[in-house]
Amino acid sequence: MIETPASRDEAQMIASILAGNSQAFHELIRPYERSVYVMALSLLKNEADAEDAAQEAFLKAYRNLAGFRAEAKFSTWLISIVLNEARSRLRRKSAVKMESLDEPLDEQGHVSPALLRDWREIPSEAVERGEVRVMLQQAISDLPPIYREIFLLRDVEELSIDESATALGISVSAVKVRLHRARMMLQKKLAPQLKQVNPKRRWFPWL
Amino acid sequence: MVIECKHVWEHISGYLDGTLDPAVRELVQKHLEHCEICSAILDSTRNILILTADERVFELPLGYSERLHARLEAEMRGIAPPIDSEDG
Ligand SMILES: [Zn+2]
Repeated sequence: MIETPASRDEAQMIASILAGNSQAFHELIRPYERSVYVMALSLLKNEADAEDAAQEAFLKAYRNLAGFRAEAKFSTWLISIVLNEARSRLRRKSAVKMESLDEPLDEQGHVSPALLRDWREIPSEAVERGEVRVMLQQAISDLPPIYREIFLLRDVEELSIDESATALGISVSAVKVRLHRARMMLQKKLAPQLKQVNPKRRWFPWL
Repeated sequence: MVIECKHVWEHISGYLDGTLDPAVRELVQKHLEHCEICSAILDSTRNILILTADERVFELPLGYSERLHARLEAEMRGIAPPIDSEDG
């Protein structure tokens, strides 16, 4: 989703916008509308707030386009803008209890996975089922913020490890450690739940 | 050399990303061949990553794109061309 479509020359599009063709901005951002929203949602946990933050982030990107440096990918730059936007909104809601960044991990910071003897593959069609979708959303939403961010960037929006590090402003090794913990937290929570999903029920109950 | 289950767990993420160094990868691979628990952990993690990456998990609000472009259209008119904002 975050892949730059092959036929697009974004540097050229940006140059054109900066030369006064502001309409080209609509085309420039189209492939990233979804990623920007999902990242805002991941922090704000509310659809209306996420949509507003996404709009704000795109406007900020437009205003600051001349400051975009071509050594970064435009998509990575956009993601870092929306993350900053969402974080500053969270800070402004100071009355609301801030989520703790420190989570109870054991002393080495290890997360033990859920132990299973076997795993029955859950097909992607299962996501059509509301109960499964809610299970996945809830598990992601329950991750501590620093793990939720890296998980969404890397495993949902499919940024590379380097791009994730750039977007979050952290080191590559921090990306790897956090990502590992995020994945293990999800496995620990979701594997037992998904095992309970009734295999006898058809994935498409309306067929 | 033998590697214990709990050490294998530390490498699940790197194994999935293909970022382990070859010697470690080899040890993990050997362990997975005979350990059903670690294999199940690896398979379930991989499966969970496929499910959570599915676009249907997070749906965009209806009309999101239309509202976004309408707002951009309305506000971009009031914003000086971006080239000026950098110099100013
Ligand atoms: Zn094992």
